[in-house]
Amino acid sequence: MSFLQLLWFVLIGVLFAGFFFLDGFDYGVGMAVETLAHNESERDQLVRTIGPVWDANEVWLITAGGAMFASFPYWYASLFSGYYLILMIILAGLIIRGVSFEFRKNSPMSQKRIWDWALAIGSAIVPFFLGIMFVSMIHGMPIDANGNFHAGFFDYFNWLSVVGGIALLLLTYLHGINYIALKTTGPVQERARNYAEFLYWILYAGEVVFALLLIFMTDFMAVHPVGTIIMLILIVGFSVLAQVETFAGHELIAFISSGLTLVSLVVLIFIGLFPRVLISSISPKYSILIQNASSTEYTLTVMTIATCCLLPFVLAYTIWAYWIFRKRIAMPAIPEVK
Amino acid sequence: MTILSLARFQFAMTTVYHFFFVPFSIGTAFIVAIMESMYVSTKDETYKKMAKFWGNIFLLSFAVGVVTGLIQEFQFGMNWSDYSRFMGDIFGAPLALEALLSFFIESTFIGLWVFTWKKVKPGLHLFFIWMTSFGSLTSALWILTANSFMQHPVGYEIKGGRAVMVNFGALLKNPQLWYEFGHVILNAIMMGGIIIAGLTAFQLLKNQKLSEANKKFYKKSMRLGLLVSLIFSIGGIALGDAQMQYLIKEQPMKFAATEDVFTTTGKHAPWTIVGIADMKGHEVKGNIDIPYALSILSYHKTTGAVTGMNELNAQYKKKYGKNLDYYPPVNTLFYSFRIMCAVGAWIFLVSLVGLIMTREKSKKPLAQRRWALWCIAITTFLPFIGNTAGWFVTEFGRIPWTVYGLFTIAESVSPNVSVGSLLTSNIVYFVLFTTLAITLIWLIVLELRKDPSEAIEPKFKKVLDPFDKEAF
Repeated sequence: MSFLQLLWFVLIGVLFAGFFFLDGFDYGVGMAVETLAHNESERDQLVRTIGPVWDANEVWLITAGGAMFASFPYWYASLFSGYYLILMIILAGLIIRGVSFEFRKNSPMSQKRIWDWALAIGSAIVPFFLGIMFVSMIHGMPIDANGNFHAGFFDYFNWLSVVGGIALLLLTYLHGINYIALKTTGPVQERARNYAEFLYWILYAGEVVFALLLIFMTDFMAVHPVGTIIMLILIVGFSVLAQVETFAGHELIAFISSGLTLVSLVVLIFIGLFPRVLISSISPKYSILIQNASSTEYTLTVMTIATCCLLPFVLAYTIWAYWIFRKRIAMPAIPEVK
Repeated sequence: MTILSLARFQFAMTTVYHFFFVPFSIGTAFIVAIMESMYVSTKDETYKKMAKFWGNIFLLSFAVGVVTGLIQEFQFGMNWSDYSRFMGDIFGAPLALEALLSFFIESTFIGLWVFTWKKVKPGLHLFFIWMTSFGSLTSALWILTANSFMQHPVGYEIKGGRAVMVNFGALLKNPQLWYEFGHVILNAIMMGGIIIAGLTAFQLLKNQKLSEANKKFYKKSMRLGLLVSLIFSIGGIALGDAQMQYLIKEQPMKFAATEDVFTTTGKHAPWTIVGIADMKGHEVKGNIDIPYALSILSYHKTTGAVTGMNELNAQYKKKYGKNLDYYPPVNTLFYSFRIMCAVGAWIFLVSLVGLIMTREKSKKPLAQRRWALWCIAITTFLPFIGNTAGWFVTEFGRIPWTVYGLFTIAESVSPNVSVGSLLTSNIVYFVLFTTLAITLIWLIVLELRKDPSEAIEPKFKKVLDPFDKEAF
């Protein structure tokens, strides 16, 4: 394994971590539109908190996919063709929520609710099925000598992956709740705090079940025992921190903690995978390795230079945009009349 | 139904849908940026209204363009995994760069543009829309870099059963890229112009009595739309012609198919206006020819032979050694090409005549010439057809290759995705996209019904509580 191959394995992890940290709360807020808001003004208020930023946050996923294609084409090809129907569902979720922002804004009153629901349902579908995908991936999939999946229903949906899907759904929801507490005022903010208080207890139960299933159903403990345990502790630790800070009213720290919980989950997955990118359940020798899955050194060099030149700018204007939109969103005082 | 035919249908269907909205939003973003520039430099409120009004339509098309584009990045891996393995070393890089350079800029600045009308100074706000436009223009550059490689591979080697990149600069210097990029971008902006002019024409036809402010609004929109579509249609046609000159040399098979040339012509090549290609007998039937015209079109002089498909097929059989015929679907190419050219020429004509009629000196203003307004209004829909036809020429002309001369379509498909899965995804995407397209049209109609002179206020009348503490 060359340095550049390792670097790009890490970078793919960073991109997915960035995606879950940033777009994670967008899904949470999207779900909250139907579960936390009580009326139209509150729904508008919630959507307004992510309105200017969600699109750029989603680009982290696009970039992660594109970077995976560019740096590990064999990983990309096997993973994406192997999870054909799961990805189709994820895409459908991304599509209905992606248009819902513009469509709900421009729709007449009678149809606005359709797009509210599209936003909420799409926002639930994406993290749940991404959880199913990533967690069943670390469980191991029936991959043949050519890198092709031959998976059946229970390869995709088993105890581990379903718990993983629910855990990711809950994590993004709580991340969104923390974001709402950070970015709003009024009754919505109060309700977000109450929700967080209650939901964190469910999350702990979920995390414990997930940790146990992970230890017994994957080879993570055999391959990377130290890293696995550290990351599992960090996941729980950041969850506790997030809850404590929510109680204390430190919304920014709570929000960052719930984001870091998601980041830790991604790191856990990437540590457990290393030095593989896909785990074959048929035979370890069919597992796809970092060193075999990557592009050539030349392409990786080109990509590294391009990333070093461009990423600082991306980060700079992203931070600038968040700075411009740093203010809290109050409930619109005058309901929109159409 | 085979996995190959279903995967091909899905790719064609989703890219055609996607490309309805891409040039629409590239073009309208560019023109909205021009409108806002006019506002900032002249301080004329009409331009601000225009930027907001047409900006809303841009945003709607952008939203649908983004979500129909999401599929594209995923489906190379999902449906064409063997292609991704063969080409990933080359094809992935422009895609990743598109996300890293263009999509981040586009999506960040569009968010800033939409939500800061009252927050930042006009100059900075103007910067946001130009950055959005810059992002969308460069995204076309990257994806066309990838496409151009498939049409005309450069800067690569075949190593270990896959194509590997040896010269990234060569990918960007690919002449195919610059013809494609120029043609696509000029026509996208032209499309934005003619759509704005066409939708304005619909409004003028519907509302006979307009307030003075609205008259001014529509007149300025019409003139700007037509001016942009005139300028850019000239550019688009010129580059289209240059691209064909290039095709004669680099993709003679594609060129011969667009002109129904089966047998190599004599030195004065006649041009077939209409004809039916007989794909079994490899000849043209019922054709009407104009002598000399193909030589003139191809080489801009009366002499010049065009190599026929039969001769090229024999050459390719020898060169590539595969047990294949290399004829593309000739009738599709032949008629797509004619439709594209007709649409381009018609838009040029309509823009030119329409612009003359909107002159101050014009005896009868355009707003009172109903037939002229109808012509412009109907033209709104034509670029969608023209664009699709243009891509049909480019992509059907590549058959049987995905990467010209290197990798065939049959080799590219994912071997492990079942017919059932593919059928499901075809249906799901078709239903979803059709729903989105219908909703989009409906919302644009609603948007147009609004009175542009009532300032288009953002949704939230009181978004921020000035007495509240800041979040960070």
